[in-house]
Amino acid sequence: MIPISYFIVLSFILFFLGIVAFFVKKDLLTQFMAVEIMLNAANLAFIAFAKSANALDGQVIVFFVITVAGAEAAIGLAIILLIFRHRKTIKTEDINLMKG
Amino acid sequence: MTDFFWLIPFFPLVSTIIFVIFGRRFPKKYVSFQACFAVLASFVLAAISFLSMLNAGPSHSLLEKNLFSWINAGSFKVNLSFQFDSLTAVMVLVVSLVGFLIHIYSVGYMSKDKSYTRYFAYLNLFVFFMLVLVMASNLVLMFVGWEGVGLCSYLLIGFWFEKHSAANAGKKAFIVNRIGDAGFLIGILFIVVHIGSTEFSAINKAVLGGVLTPALATLIGILLFIGATGKSAQLPLYIWLPDAMEGPTPVSALIHAATMVTAGVYMVARMNLLYSMSLTASNIIAIVGGLTAIFAATMALTQNDIKKILAYSTISQLGYMFIGCGVGAYAAGIFHLYTHAFFKSLLFLAAGSVMHALSGELNVQKMGGLRKYLPRTYYPFLIGAIAIAGIPFFSGFFSKDAILTHAFAQGQYAVWAMGILGAVMTAFYMFRLIFLTFHGKERLEPDVKKHIHESPPVMTIPLAILAFFSIIAGYIGLPAVVGKNYNWFGNFLDPVIHSGHEAHISMGTEWFLILISVAVAVAGIFIAYIFYIRKTQIPSTLIKKFPFIYKLLYNKYYVDEAYNAVFVNPMIRGSEIIYDNFDLKIIDGAVNGSAKIAVWSGRLLSRFQTGFLKDYALIFLLGAILVIGFLLF
Repeated sequence: MIPISYFIVLSFILFFLGIVAFFVKKDLLTQFMAVEIMLNAANLAFIAFAKSANALDGQVIVFFVITVAGAEAAIGLAIILLIFRHRKTIKTEDINLMKG
Repeated sequence: MTDFFWLIPFFPLVSTIIFVIFGRRFPKKYVSFQACFAVLASFVLAAISFLSMLNAGPSHSLLEKNLFSWINAGSFKVNLSFQFDSLTAVMVLVVSLVGFLIHIYSVGYMSKDKSYTRYFAYLNLFVFFMLVLVMASNLVLMFVGWEGVGLCSYLLIGFWFEKHSAANAGKKAFIVNRIGDAGFLIGILFIVVHIGSTEFSAINKAVLGGVLTPALATLIGILLFIGATGKSAQLPLYIWLPDAMEGPTPVSALIHAATMVTAGVYMVARMNLLYSMSLTASNIIAIVGGLTAIFAATMALTQNDIKKILAYSTISQLGYMFIGCGVGAYAAGIFHLYTHAFFKSLLFLAAGSVMHALSGELNVQKMGGLRKYLPRTYYPFLIGAIAIAGIPFFSGFFSKDAILTHAFAQGQYAVWAMGILGAVMTAFYMFRLIFLTFHGKERLEPDVKKHIHESPPVMTIPLAILAFFSIIAGYIGLPAVVGKNYNWFGNFLDPVIHSGHEAHISMGTEWFLILISVAVAVAGIFIAYIFYIRKTQIPSTLIKKFPFIYKLLYNKYYVDEAYNAVFVNPMIRGSEIIYDNFDLKIIDGAVNGSAKIAVWSGRLLSRFQTGFLKDYALIFLLGAILVIGFLLF
């Protein structure tokens, strides 16, 4: 039996890597993947806690997260594709249409 | 039928409403028909009510109709109610009859105007408000009519509002009237406070019951009279009436000669019990009336504008009416109001006919010798002038004589002398006008002379009818010298006007007074004849000899200039100072300031909106850390 702390530490590492990747990388696609990693880090933590607490709630939430992540990936990728078509770039420092 | 007397004012109102809603689509012929018919209907109903009142005898001298309770605030109640007594009957008949004739005349006079329907809508509305004014059974409803006629006067003076002077004249009339109305309103409020009701019957009962102290009666009387000086163009608020001549001439005849300007006289006569309590207020009325009669007459002497002469003459004649009311001869004042309505509207309409013939020429110095071109205008004009000058057997003689005799009988010799002096000048300036316009050398502009033409029958027939009334109207109020019971008019008004203590003078004195007033009238005409027919060089030599007096009179004593310097200009300058400092700086500053704060704070906050994804993510992360930190510790 692997202790729960291992899972939690792994989850933290993955989440931290996701944050770092999000801030370090410059193109939208990689940042998008970083967000996915963070989501899955959270999923891992949910499952670990669910297992140790012997409750199904955490596992159900994971299914929801996976579903939402799938939908989000479909729309997010479509948006990135369209941005690339229009601007010929997906570098975030070139995109600041929302400037006030 | 008499149960429906309260419908009298509503015919013109309905006509106005129809004009306002559908007027654009009506052809001119239909507009003229409807407008005239509405006033005629009022006149017929008024005549029926009047005749049935006569038949019913003295016990039925008052009809009342309470339509509904209008204001109901605690102990203060005002009803929308009309009444019809002998004084109202006289006023309603004069207003609707003269109004009807002037409507018919307007059909011809305004036939080429592009705002034909608007004109008749205003004119009908005016007749409605005037009838409300004279038929109201309480002061508040009377005030509604009072303000309503003021509004219509404003609208009709400024009828040709494209003309700057007409728009200004309308404004001036409105503003000057407001000053008087403020006094009138305060007077009404005093009555509300001390008597509790504004119904005329309740006021009369309270006055007879001694509710008011003499000092209070004086105060209320003077306040109400201030309202009358505004509406009836007396000193010191007369200045709007000469300017009001900018309006169409039939309007001058109807509103500024026959009806609206006499509202003040009507009001004083209506409140005669109150005024009979206060000798001071009555004396003030008599003196203001006398001074106005002379003052306005002197200004009429030197004017060259045909309508302005008639305007000053109207002010002067209104002064006579107030002399009558001031010396306690209310019936004589109303009698003069009634005869004046005929001959003054006749003079105005005839002057309008002259203007019509001369393509709008107003200057009498550019007329002369028109008698042979305009005979159907000349003879009515002459009859009107004779009537106003006070030549015996014409209506103006009887009424003016009644006023002056009463003034003398009451011992008001100064007022009587003012009246006699005014009478000389009246005869003089009226015949100066006649001689300059219709007699003597032709001084017409050549291109005006080419187009000279007599007015159509639709204009000259009302002139003839009014001329007829100007002759016969006086015979219902003969002086006492021909017999005690021939003053039918005075007896008719008796139920409303409580004659009180009448000072009697001997027959000999009365004959003597009549002789004097006839003599001064003839003298005035004779002087005018010498000045303007016989020795036409006299006026110009007089001007050269007394240039100062002439200039003073010609410029109307510089009263307008003085009012401008003392009241109008300081007001304008003060307003400008307040505008610059308060409006522009404080009010505009507050409004603009709040907008500026919004812009500023927006600009400050928009710094956070860089548009870069990473900045948003960073803020998001910091926020998440803060929340977690807050939850943990």
